Amino acid sequence: MLKTGLFLIISCLPLYPEVATTTQARDAYAKLPLSFEENKGQTDPQVKYLTRGPGFILYLTGDPALILLPPDASAEDVQKFREAMGFNDPFFVQYGRFLAGALRGNFGQSVRHGEPAFDLVIERMPATFELSGAALVVALCLAIPAGIISAVRRNSALDYVSTVVALLGQSMPTFWLGIMLILVFSVQFNLLPSSGRGTLEHLILPAITLGLFTTARITRLTRSGMLEVLGQDYIRTARAKGVSDPPVVWKHALKNAAIPIVTIVGIELGTLLGGSVITETIFAWPGVGRLSVQAIYNRDYPVVQAAVFLLSSTFVLVNLVVDVLYTYLDPRIRLR
Amino acid sequence: MSVPISARTIDLAGARRPARREWIVFARRLARRRTALFGLVVVTVVIVSALGASWLSAYDPIEQDIANRLRPPGSVDAAGRTHLLGTDHLGRDILARMIFGARPALMVGFAAVAISGVLGMGVGLISGYFGGRIDDVFMRLADIQLAFPFILLAIAVIGVLGPSLPVIIVVIGVSSWVVYARVVRGAVLSLREREFVQAAHALGSRDGRVLVRHILPNALTPWLVVATLDMARVIVIESALSFLGLGVQPPTPTWGGMLADGRVYISTAWWLATFPGLAILITVLGINLFGDGLRDTLDPRLKL
Repeated sequence: MLKTGLFLIISCLPLYPEVATTTQARDAYAKLPLSFEENKGQTDPQVKYLTRGPGFILYLTGDPALILLPPDASAEDVQKFREAMGFNDPFFVQYGRFLAGALRGNFGQSVRHGEPAFDLVIERMPATFELSGAALVVALCLAIPAGIISAVRRNSALDYVSTVVALLGQSMPTFWLGIMLILVFSVQFNLLPSSGRGTLEHLILPAITLGLFTTARITRLTRSGMLEVLGQDYIRTARAKGVSDPPVVWKHALKNAAIPIVTIVGIELGTLLGGSVITETIFAWPGVGRLSVQAIYNRDYPVVQAAVFLLSSTFVLVNLVVDVLYTYLDPRIRLR
Repeated sequence: MSVPISARTIDLAGARRPARREWIVFARRLARRRTALFGLVVVTVVIVSALGASWLSAYDPIEQDIANRLRPPGSVDAAGRTHLLGTDHLGRDILARMIFGARPALMVGFAAVAISGVLGMGVGLISGYFGGRIDDVFMRLADIQLAFPFILLAIAVIGVLGPSLPVIIVVIGVSSWVVYARVVRGAVLSLREREFVQAAHALGSRDGRVLVRHILPNALTPWLVVATLDMARVIVIESALSFLGLGVQPPTPTWGGMLADGRVYISTAWWLATFPGLAILITVLGINLFGDGLRDTLDPRLKL
C-alpha cells in the first residue's frame, strides 16, 4: 500500500514542467513589464534549462517561459518571468509546489473552458471507464473461450481460425478497424450509429474497436497457457482418476492457466485506457481521451496534465487490485 | 615439429566451422516455418518498395490532378493512365502514395527501435549485472514509464515540439526502452551466474569487459526477438500519430495521413481509407509473423 502511494507520487514527477503554463502563469506574465528589445541569447537559457537533471524528457516539451512569452521578448524579460513564476527555484522546490497542488486536486484552471482542469477530467471519466470496461468485457468473452477451445482442440479448424483471427487482430491498427466498422455497419448497412454516446448501440462499435487488440493478445496467451498446463502431470492424474473432460479443463487447467491471464488483463487495461485516446477520437466518444487530444491541440496544458495524472493513477490502482487478486488465485504467492 | 602444427590448424578450422554451421541450422529451422518465411517475404517486399519507390511507382505521389479526383480503383483517367487503386480527393494516385508511404513508416520503425533497443540493452545489462540500488532505481523508472498512457504522452510532447521526423523518432525511441530492459535484465540475471562468466572473472576480466564480451552476446537473442516485434508496434504508433495529424507532415505521403484524409470521404469513396490501412495491416502482420518465427526458433521459452 505504501509502495503504491509512493509510486503514485513519483509518477507525477515527469508531469511537473507543464505546471507553469496555468492561468496563474498567464496572469503573472500579463503583469510583467515588457520591453521589446532584441532577443539576444534566447537559446542559451533554454540549453541551460534542458540540462537540468530529472524529468529531462519532458523538459523537452520546452521552456514554459519561451512558450508563453512572445518570440521577441528580451532575455531580460525571460529572466524576470522565470523569477516571478519561480522557475529559478531548485527543481525539488518547484516540484513540491506542484505536488502540493496536485494532491489537493488542484491542477489549475483550463485555459479553454475556464473550469478547474481536475473537474473537467473527472466529468469525462465515466465515459472512458464505460468504454474501456465494455472493451474488456468484449475481449474476455471472446478471448478466453476461443483460447481454451484452441488449446483443447489443437490443430482443429476452430483452432486455425482463432489463431489467424488473433494474428490479424494483433496486427490491425485500431483506427483503421474503427473506420472499416463505420464503413460497413454505419455507412453500408446503417445498422449502428457511428458517433456519440448514450444507448447500448452507441457502445458496440467503439467497444469492439478498442477491444480487438486485447482480444487477440488474451486469446494467444490463453491458448499457450492452457497448452502448457494441459501437458502437466496433475492433469494426467486427474484424467487417470476418471475426472471427465469439462471439469478437467475448466477447473484443473483453467485455474492454473489463469495467472498470466490476470497479469495481462491488468496491463491491457492500461493499453485500453491509453488506446481510448484514438478510439474516442474516431467515434466522437465524449471521454477523457478525446478531451485530452483536444486539450493538446488547444495547448490547454492543465487539462492534459490532469488527464494524464488521472489515467495513470487509475492504471496503477488497477494493477494493485491485480496484485491482490493473485493471492486468491495462487495461494503460493504471498504479498509481503 | 610439423605434425602438431598441422594438427592444430585442422583443429582450428574445425573450431571455426560450427559457428557457420549453426547459422545454417538456424536459417533452415526458420525456413521450415512457413509463416515466418511468409513474414520475411512480406517485410522484404515492403523494404524493397520503400527503397525503390521512385522506380516502382508509375506516378508522382504528390502530383495533384483535380479533374480526376476520387476515381474508384481500376479506373482510367483522361490521359489513358490506369489508377489501379483509384485516386484520392486531390486526384493523387493511391498506389503511388501507398508505396511512398512505406518510407516514413520504415524510417521511424528502424530508427526508433534502434534508439530504444540500445537504451534498453544498456539499462538491462547494468540493472541485471550490478543489481542492488541501481537495479531498484531502473526498475521503478520502468514501472513509472509503463504507468503513463504512451500515446497521450507522445501526443503532448509532439504537440509542443511540433511534428517532424526526428521528433517522432526520438519520442517513440526514448519511451519504448522498458520491454528491452526487462528482457535483457532477465537474461543477464541468469547469465551472471554461469561458469563462463565466473571463469572470465577468475581470469581477471573487469566488469565492463565481462559485460560487453561475454554477457552481451548471449543476451542478444531475446533482445533481437523483442526488437523485431517492437518494430511492428512502432509502425502502428507512427501511423496513429500521422492519423492524428502529428506525424510526418503533408505533402509527404504517410499511411496514417492517407487514412485520416480518407476518413472524411468514408461515405462516398471507401477506397481512400481502405488501402492504406491494408498496407499497415500487411506490413505489421509480416513483421509479427517473422518475429514469432524468430522467437520460436531462437528462444521458445521467451514470453512476450
